[in-house]
Amino acid sequence: MKNEHTENNPLISVRGLEVYFAARSGFFSSLVSRKTSMVRAVDGLDFELGRGEILCLAGESGSGKTTTGKAILRLLEPTGGEVFFKGEDMNTFNRSRLRRFRQEAQIIFQDPFESLNPRQTVFSTVAEPLEVNHLTRDRSEKEERVAEALVDAGLNNPRELFMRYPHELSGGQRQRLAIAGALVLKPDFIVADEPVSMLDLSIRAGILKLMVDLRDDKGISYLFITHDLSLAWLISDRIAVMYLGKIVELGSADDVIKTPLHPYTKALVSVIPVPKRVSLIGKTLLEGETPDPVNIPSGCRFHPRCPEAQPRCSLEEPVYREVNLKHFGACHFI
Amino acid sequence: MNSALAKRDNFALLKKNMTSFWSIYRQNSMGLIGLVILLVFALMALFGPYLVEITVMAVDGVTQVIHPPTSGYWLGTDDLGKDILAGVIIGSRVSLLVGLAATAISMIIGTVIGIVSGFYGRAVDAVLMRITDVFLVIPWLPLMLVMAALLGPSLGNIIFVIGITSWAGTARIIRSQTLSVKERPYVERARAIGSGDTHIMFYHILPNVFPLIFANTVLVAAVAILSETTLSFLGMGDPTQVTWGMMLHFAFSMGAVSYGAWWWLLPPGICVVLVVLSFTFIGYALDEVLNPKLRRRDQ
Repeated sequence: MKNEHTENNPLISVRGLEVYFAARSGFFSSLVSRKTSMVRAVDGLDFELGRGEILCLAGESGSGKTTTGKAILRLLEPTGGEVFFKGEDMNTFNRSRLRRFRQEAQIIFQDPFESLNPRQTVFSTVAEPLEVNHLTRDRSEKEERVAEALVDAGLNNPRELFMRYPHELSGGQRQRLAIAGALVLKPDFIVADEPVSMLDLSIRAGILKLMVDLRDDKGISYLFITHDLSLAWLISDRIAVMYLGKIVELGSADDVIKTPLHPYTKALVSVIPVPKRVSLIGKTLLEGETPDPVNIPSGCRFHPRCPEAQPRCSLEEPVYREVNLKHFGACHFI
Repeated sequence: MNSALAKRDNFALLKKNMTSFWSIYRQNSMGLIGLVILLVFALMALFGPYLVEITVMAVDGVTQVIHPPTSGYWLGTDDLGKDILAGVIIGSRVSLLVGLAATAISMIIGTVIGIVSGFYGRAVDAVLMRITDVFLVIPWLPLMLVMAALLGPSLGNIIFVIGITSWAGTARIIRSQTLSVKERPYVERARAIGSGDTHIMFYHILPNVFPLIFANTVLVAAVAILSETTLSFLGMGDPTQVTWGMMLHFAFSMGAVSYGAWWWLLPPGICVVLVVLSFTFIGYALDEVLNPKLRRRDQ
């Protein structure tokens, strides 16, 4: 699709982003051993997000996708690396700059049943961002902007919904409400953390179309987090595949899905469901679970599960490099 | 939230919640009994002092002291010949007032400390919880007695002393609920839209720990009323006020036991027990209503 997004002047560029958490060890083991082990949730990420681009972060659960999204939004404090937002290093943001950043970047959560305060009406949910940022004191203007955001999110006749509570809405309506709560601040960038995975299949298409339309109309960029590669293919311009806190492959959506480089991507692509009966024979089924990010395997972190693993893989960490034009991968054999 | 719209919206929610709350609550017989007892005492405290006055029983000009119940003086008289029934009715006002005011102080301190401690965690939590632990482990009766003795006997001091010594349990409960509520995604969303800490604590955490505060208030009120009685009985109360505790204090010190004057000791004692019992019943019922896991299937 569109590759011009990434050329110059990206909206966000991430350099060597790291998020480590101190793993909590038991009382006894903390007596025996002095070393605190670290969970390396995000372990050195480099990527750029263009203006008006939809970049998918794909990967299994535990690969650090959500942590990456939250670290970029500074909902989590990164332990290393830099994030540049519109060319500014976010490590230099002071309180007031961070407050302004909160209006420019928003997040949509996975579960619209959990991400809305059950004791807030539709109106106060959407008006809250305006109030906490002191954007408007005038009541009719506030109502106007709330109604506008609800319409933008595809909720028609918004004024009838003002006094409703989240539990009175359907799942799709709730997610639209959550989107309206983000849109009311007119952000440039939205982290969408599995925004449709809790919704019925029939409702997903509407929400996805809404998000793409918002990109086209308002130029909003998305970091779209999903575990579903078929969804990533459908919606995104580029896909980054994460495994255990690192990007193993990054390229345009078509390249990654049609000509995957990394064995991990190949395995994920081979199990994308197709709408007809197929047998699982000939598919690459990954064995086991994602290893514990406290004890990341030596060498290539994917080698214990890789169908193409060689002795070298457990010794040497592969370099992440541009294999084909704008198509990056990290494997010794690509 | 200061628009009229938001107010209307809060009122609608309140009404809706109260309706559904009542439909569950009224099926709980224990809770209903507690509520009825409490209502009787509340009416007594509100209107009683306007309806009765403490008179001295006299026959042919002779004051009838420590007189057993008769017609006209249904609960007899005390060592000064005063009507005990009127004393019990008038005493209910101050007893309940002290209990409720002390509860309010205790709940405010407990809620603020609980929410702040749970929300900020780390050093703030450690410091506040150690202070809470101190108040939890110090035997509260001696502490109250020492404080009441130092501050002197007045109604305000009694309220203050009870309030300041009874918040620790509430703080613990509110803290644990705050720890759970602050991890919900809507709190993270609130942060993402740029809300400050105070806004999050007030608009997102407080409303969601409120049911717990409500249920806990009732149990603290029972303890506070009992504490008032205890302090007054032990002579730390305000001697110019008629309360159940003061009545018990005078009855005991003037030898009601050795006279066998049961009508003098029992009525204020039974009133205290009934009020405390009603709060406890309501507390258990609220616990059952607000905690669906405890609700019985057949209800």
